[in-house]
Amino acid sequence: MTLGKVIGTVVSTIKHPEYNGLKLFVIQPVDTNGKPNDETFLAVDVVQAGVGDTVLVLREGNGIRQIFKKKNLPIRSCVVGVVDHVEKGCWASR
Amino acid sequence: MILGKVIGRVVVSTKYEGLEGKKFLMVQPTDEKWQPRGDAVVAIDTVMAGLGDPVYMVLSREAALALDPWFVPVDHTIVGIVDSVDLVPEA
Repeated sequence: MTLGKVIGTVVSTIKHPEYNGLKLFVIQPVDTNGKPNDETFLAVDVVQAGVGDTVLVLREGNGIRQIFKKKNLPIRSCVVGVVDHVEKGCWASR
Repeated sequence: MILGKVIGRVVVSTKYEGLEGKKFLMVQPTDEKWQPRGDAVVAIDTVMAGLGDPVYMVLSREAALALDPWFVPVDHTIVGIVDSVDLVPEA
C-alpha cells in the first residue's frame, strides 16, 4: 500500500460494467511529509473517503479482487483506508 | 488506472487469438489536467470511445481482465469515458 492524497473526483457515465456504482478518485501519491512524490493515478473507493483526505491506496489487482470477492475484476488501485496521521521517527531515533 | 486522450485508431488485421473483433486505439496518457505524460500507447477499447475522447485506462494484468475472453495478451484497456474531472483548488 502507498500513501496518497485525494485531489479530485472523476465523473464518468459510460464505463465498463464492473465500474458501475464505484466512486473514482484522482490520487496524488505523497511521502510521509505529505509532499507529492509520484505521478497521479485513479483509484476506486471502498471506505467513503473524501476529497482532500490522505488515504491508504492498494495498488495491486489481486488484493482488490479479494475485497470485492470477484474473480475477474479489471481494477488495479483502490482506496482502502483514511489516514489519521503518520507517526515518524520511532525506529530511526533508537 | 490512469487518464488519457484518444488520439487515433490502429488497424490490426493479423492478431493473436482472442483479440479478434477488438478495437485498438492510440491513447496519449495524461495527468489530471489533461497534459500529456509519457509516450502514447495502444489500448483496447471496451466502451466505444472515439477520437478525442477523454478516457481512463486500466493497465497490466487487469487490462486483460476487462475483456472477454480474459486470458489475452493485452496491457492497456480503456474502461471508461470521462465526463469531467473535478479537482480541489490548489492551496
